[in-house]
Amino acid sequence: MSDQTHHYKVGEPIRDTKAPEGPIEDRWDKRRFSAKLVNPANKRKINVIVVGTGLAGGSAAATLGELGYQVKSFCYQDTPRRAHSIAAQGGINAAKNYRGDGDSVYRLFYDTVKGGDFRARESNVYRLAQVSVNIIDQAVAQGVPFAREYGGLLDTRSFGGAQVSRTFYARGQTGQQLLLGAYSALERQIAAGTVEMHTRHEMLDLVISDGRARGVIVRDMVTGEIETHLADAVVLATGGYGNVFFLSTNAKGCNTTAIWRAHQRGAMFANPCYTQIHPTCIPVSGDYQSKLTLMSESLRNDGRVWVPLAKGDARKPADIPEDERDYYLERIYPAFGNLVPRDIASRAAKNVCDEGRGVGPGGLGVYLDFADAIARLGRDAVEKKYGNLFEMYERITGENPYETPMRIYPAVHYTMGGLWVDYDLQSTIPGLFVVGEANFSDHGANRLGASALMQGLADGYFVLPTTVGDYLANVKSFGDVDPAEVEQAREAVQQKIDKLLSVNGTRTADSYHRELGKIMWDYCGMERTEESLRKALERIPELREEFWNNVKVPGDPEGLNQALERAGRVADFFDLAELMCIDALHRTESCGGHFRAESQDADGEALRDDDNFAYVAAWEWGQDGPTLHKEVLDYEYVKMTQRSYK
Amino acid sequence: MSGMNLTLKVWRQNGPSDEGRMVTYKVEDVSPDMSFLEMLDVLNERLILAGDDPVAFDHDCREGICGMCGMVINGVAHGEQRATTTCQLHMRHFKDGDEITIEPWRAAPFPVVKDLVVDRAAFDRIIQAGGFISVPAGSAPDAHSVPVKKEDADAAFDAATCIGCGACVAACPNGSASLFTAAKITHLGLLPQGQPERDSRAKAMVEQMDLEGFGGCTNTGECTAVCPKGIPLDTIARMNADYLKASK
Ligand SMILES: Cc1cc2nc3c(=O)[nH]c(=O)nc-3n(C[C@H](O)[C@H](O)[C@H](O)COP(=O)(O)OP(=O)(O)OC[C@H]3O[C@@H](n4cnc5c(N)ncnc54)[C@H](O)[C@@H]3O)c2cc1C
Ligand code: SF4
Ligand code: FES
Repeated sequence: MSDQTHHYKVGEPIRDTKAPEGPIEDRWDKRRFSAKLVNPANKRKINVIVVGTGLAGGSAAATLGELGYQVKSFCYQDTPRRAHSIAAQGGINAAKNYRGDGDSVYRLFYDTVKGGDFRARESNVYRLAQVSVNIIDQAVAQGVPFAREYGGLLDTRSFGGAQVSRTFYARGQTGQQLLLGAYSALERQIAAGTVEMHTRHEMLDLVISDGRARGVIVRDMVTGEIETHLADAVVLATGGYGNVFFLSTNAKGCNTTAIWRAHQRGAMFANPCYTQIHPTCIPVSGDYQSKLTLMSESLRNDGRVWVPLAKGDARKPADIPEDERDYYLERIYPAFGNLVPRDIASRAAKNVCDEGRGVGPGGLGVYLDFADAIARLGRDAVEKKYGNLFEMYERITGENPYETPMRIYPAVHYTMGGLWVDYDLQSTIPGLFVVGEANFSDHGANRLGASALMQGLADGYFVLPTTVGDYLANVKSFGDVDPAEVEQAREAVQQKIDKLLSVNGTRTADSYHRELGKIMWDYCGMERTEESLRKALERIPELREEFWNNVKVPGDPEGLNQALERAGRVADFFDLAELMCIDALHRTESCGGHFRAESQDADGEALRDDDNFAYVAAWEWGQDGPTLHKEVLDYEYVKMTQRSYK
Repeated sequence: MSGMNLTLKVWRQNGPSDEGRMVTYKVEDVSPDMSFLEMLDVLNERLILAGDDPVAFDHDCREGICGMCGMVINGVAHGEQRATTTCQLHMRHFKDGDEITIEPWRAAPFPVVKDLVVDRAAFDRIIQAGGFISVPAGSAPDAHSVPVKKEDADAAFDAATCIGCGACVAACPNGSASLFTAAKITHLGLLPQGQPERDSRAKAMVEQMDLEGFGGCTNTGECTAVCPKGIPLDTIARMNADYLKASK
């Protein structure tokens, strides 16, 4: 079947995700027991490549090394400790129920399925909740200095609308501390000789031989040399692709290149349009803006969000009297007020700015005001709670939030979509496993706060080591990698580099990236419509064409060339952007982070269409457009309901 | 509000074997709201379009946590603003007409890769020597089996916030890596989990530090003054005590 107006074909559905049958609480045990084991003596002869050293990749490489495999690990930074996981602030969820407040594995499972707006797999999510408790044990044993109470036990906080207190944290630097834990385990294995580390190496292609993933083509970013690394299995842990929007809370180097190349080589890409937009970020201050900074969501506990009632009111906030302000979240959502979920708060901010009532440069901002909190609790109490955040805000904006309200605006933060994987975290290419934010697996259409760290570490420490072992034990003999396949992949990489360097046009790669990001933000951002998406699908190919004919990339293929690195990433973002828009266009319902303006209820809230869209959209790459494969989602345990926060 | 006009003197070095030199650039109309790195982005965009080689510098998170950025600005590692990484330094701390010198970390164990980019792999090797607790995945006891005094946990956390940027080395007249190494030894040494390997860790890490060619500590305190995370000097005393005890 082909659908010209929708830019894609429809293929066979995906029927088997390899999740074991039976009661949900027994499935992971069953899978672990059925997994074949590799003879310890053989492990030393088996090579596994792990690309990425964030929470997912760092923990995976370390654990595989501990198990005795020969591991090669890659990252683009100068040391594995700098992966973007380092920036996570808030915390990590786990169903420890240390508070005795009624938490349980089942409740965390339930909250995650519901939070994901019924677009995640029950089996995977249940396993995630089960494994969450082991993560905290592992991290504490490694020396991760989580916050503690005076009795010496671990402290927790509540987060992201959960009714229980299950979020473990290390001040505002939980990601840093967890990553340093995984990094130390990784360095220990490097010292032990089981892991060979390749920093400043960027994966540019995947090698497939005999239908199996057998290696990667990487560029040594210091010398420019193109290298081939072969193995018996490949793990991608390369993080999210939020930088397709140019401006996001991701690190500058975050990219889609590794997973996109794997996609082009046959790995299906699932739910690419599911993007999470975080409501409380510091707004853009000018055209030179290079990234956006997240302000912790916890600020909404005491800050009141408002904009002027009148359009274009340019008075200072202090000069606007109470009755000329619109505390719009409190007005529209009296029950939840300023604490509505991320997607709702983000969209409401966009709406008031679209009406011309936004504040600050370009009118893209809303106030988050602490005046009432300071009057009620006193400045000291506010400082105790939020002092470091206020300081960070002032460092960046030069404004003092004790005296004038903060300005905030939503920003792209996380991508729920990613490479499709089965219950074993294996992609549609045998031998290619995908972990962490790079896969699509556990968050459905919306991720709950503090659940990404949990998923990355669950995948890397506990799930992957079992399932990769099973794969390796089941393959009788790997045989030699076909040299023609290697040659072909190397050539593709080389050609692309040569092409980028030879265009010698008149615009920089960054300027194209900014423009692409703007298209995505305007047409495939917080609110999507058939019209906007069709516009994007016209503009993206035009701009890509121009990019390939007019980009200017200076320098040589040899040596450190940061402009070349960037241009290569932008090229892949173009292709991904197109698939995101096709996915968003085809999904005519609203769900989680995907809001289609055509699908809302009378109050303007997101309306799911379970009859037609309760499936994972897995896209197969094709030269002349993608093919959609549907994996139908069954809910045996959690009853599907519509969310309401009024 | 019109922007600032600045003169930059930037260290340019085309690879480790190149001699390197300061090159002068003018940048115009710099907004006070820009970050320092955004100001360099603007310069680089212009250099690219002019067919020149853009200035290479390391950066990633741009929010002061990954530790990848780092330049010596007007003679001070990460610039004069206290407790601030280069990426979090904003142009409002400069004024119209300023001349700003920008150089890489300078220390023998951190060879220049290109321009402002240096190789800090020596730090990883110090961690490899012992900056960990040996606990394979899956072998951990319940997290509440060993309570940790809140003060110890907090102090361990403070030491653990080191981002591995290397400013301490760049600022030290001896090119010592003591603050970095001591931060890790302190973090793990304050926790009950870190006790079994405490002596061997201190010994191995200090020896690796020396092996890499970092200088000795003479207590000048320059390191802690530039440290963006405010790692305190007394961590070094702690490291020395642990090392002495282990070497007996
Ligand atoms: C500002 C911010 C705050 C957050 N706060 C929280 C929070 O409080 N709680 C929570 O649960 N989640 C949070 N998240 C989300 C969470 O941090 C991420 O989803 C998670 O850390 C991703 O981990 P990862 O291991 O999948 O990828 P990453 O940590 O992004 O690691 C990617 C790795 O892949 C490597 N890599 C990428 N591309 C290539 C390539 N082509 N070649 C070679 N190597 C490559 C990189 O070098 C890096 O090592 C936050 C995210 C942001 C941006
Ligand atoms: S001790 Fe401070 S200056 Fe030194 S590496 Fe750590 S954070 Fe950077
Ligand atoms: S770029 Fe990450 S700390 Fe500066």
